[in-house]
Amino acid sequence: MRPLSDYLNSFLFVELLRGMRLTARHMLFRRSTTLEFPEERAPKSPRFRGHLALRRYPNGEERCIACKLCEAVCPALAITIDSHERADGTRRTTRYDIDLFKCIYCGFCEESCPVDAIVLTRLDTFHMERREERVVSKEQLLAVGDKYEGQLAADRAADAPYR
Amino acid sequence: MFETLFWQAAKIWAVLIPLFLAVAYLTYTERRVIGHMQDRRGPNRVGPRGLLQPIADALKLLFKEIVIPTYANRALFLIAPAMTIMPALAAWAVIPFGDGMAVADINAGLLYILAMTSLGVYGLLIAGWASNSKYAMLGTLRAAAQVISYEIAMGFALVGVLMAAGTMNMGGIVEAQQGPFWEWFWLPLLPLFLVYWIAGVAETNRAPFDIAEGESEIVAGFHVEYSGMAFAVFFLAEYANMLLISFLAATLFLGGWHSPVEGVALLGPALDWVPGTAWVLLKAAFFAFCYLWFRATFPRYRYDQLMRLGWKVLIPVTVVWLVVLTGLVYGGVGPWF
Repeated sequence: MRPLSDYLNSFLFVELLRGMRLTARHMLFRRSTTLEFPEERAPKSPRFRGHLALRRYPNGEERCIACKLCEAVCPALAITIDSHERADGTRRTTRYDIDLFKCIYCGFCEESCPVDAIVLTRLDTFHMERREERVVSKEQLLAVGDKYEGQLAADRAADAPYR
Repeated sequence: MFETLFWQAAKIWAVLIPLFLAVAYLTYTERRVIGHMQDRRGPNRVGPRGLLQPIADALKLLFKEIVIPTYANRALFLIAPAMTIMPALAAWAVIPFGDGMAVADINAGLLYILAMTSLGVYGLLIAGWASNSKYAMLGTLRAAAQVISYEIAMGFALVGVLMAAGTMNMGGIVEAQQGPFWEWFWLPLLPLFLVYWIAGVAETNRAPFDIAEGESEIVAGFHVEYSGMAFAVFFLAEYANMLLISFLAATLFLGGWHSPVEGVALLGPALDWVPGTAWVLLKAAFFAFCYLWFRATFPRYRYDQLMRLGWKVLIPVTVVWLVVLTGLVYGGVGPWF
């Protein structure tokens, strides 16, 4: 036998009304937490792992020395490197391709790089229109690096004490 | 002859066009209101504050292909949406939007409403059966059982209104509630009013009684196989029915076009300038809002809970109150009888 108060509760909709009060309060007094995406964006950590890029030294020389550590460590086999000896006797890449469909943005390449050449940027919104465009070349990667160099340097500096 | 026909058609369009607009903007309001209840924003991109969203949606559906499943019963599949929307629109004929402002002022208005809202389920049944799909079939079975169960409680609740008003004419029912808000039928018929409203929500297959649609379990129930305009017609019918139930609640229990302070000293004359139609719309809007409110608040009933509520709670409550009401009417209690 249920106590009488149970019947009273259900016939007077006590719990239902309590629920409705909650939703009404949310509608009237709570601000929505939605970010209006293209205009508003969530803050990102300096460690954010987005689109890849290749960096240069301040004098314009590319950092990559074609040691192929990143190619070796890449768990998804997304990186393909060919190298040659340049006229000045240094080893450089002739080809540095990253397959963005294979890449899992783990950041191992950045951690393995002895010269901080390959890095992950904060760039998280990019697209391609044709399937072939998933493979980004050395030139494209360098261009991304040039474009975000300020941000990249600042992020690396912010994270340096913890490395 | 031709002239009366013309005026009849004009009256019908004068109801239908605002109704379609109201349906369109009810969908918009629903998304905004529920959005804010869930701390979201709802659609706000198409037009100022997202106000053109329903038009964009309608255009999208208009241009979409209507896919007819291979093993569907083609004729019934196509006729089902029409069978659903027809009674949903036809029922509006007897709704009084003001004193004498109904398309058809017939004496059996209440009976007509009951008949029309019951007919709606046939379109739903046919849609589910003709689709030849498991989910649609399950949705249909649920819808049929649910609508038929709740129709009884709803019918009993309307019998109470009939007893109180002494007429089936919708305008007559409103006139019987003349006076300020405590003289309307919601007070002497309070249990019936609540039962009517619960059954009304169930009748329109809306949350928390939307087991016929049950998007998390049977995808979309009876209309899984429908796309494009055929789907839009079901959608339109559902929302037209919601508005219909809201208007009915306002008419039968909340005094229709009467002002809530009618005849009250000072306050009554101060609000005399408000047209009766505005009061009807305001009251109906409140109930329509309640639909959205419920949807944002209550989880869906399980099938057996739904049946228990319908047969073991709502129907006994209405029967008991009909007996009490007989006493009230017979004794001429209060300002109502």
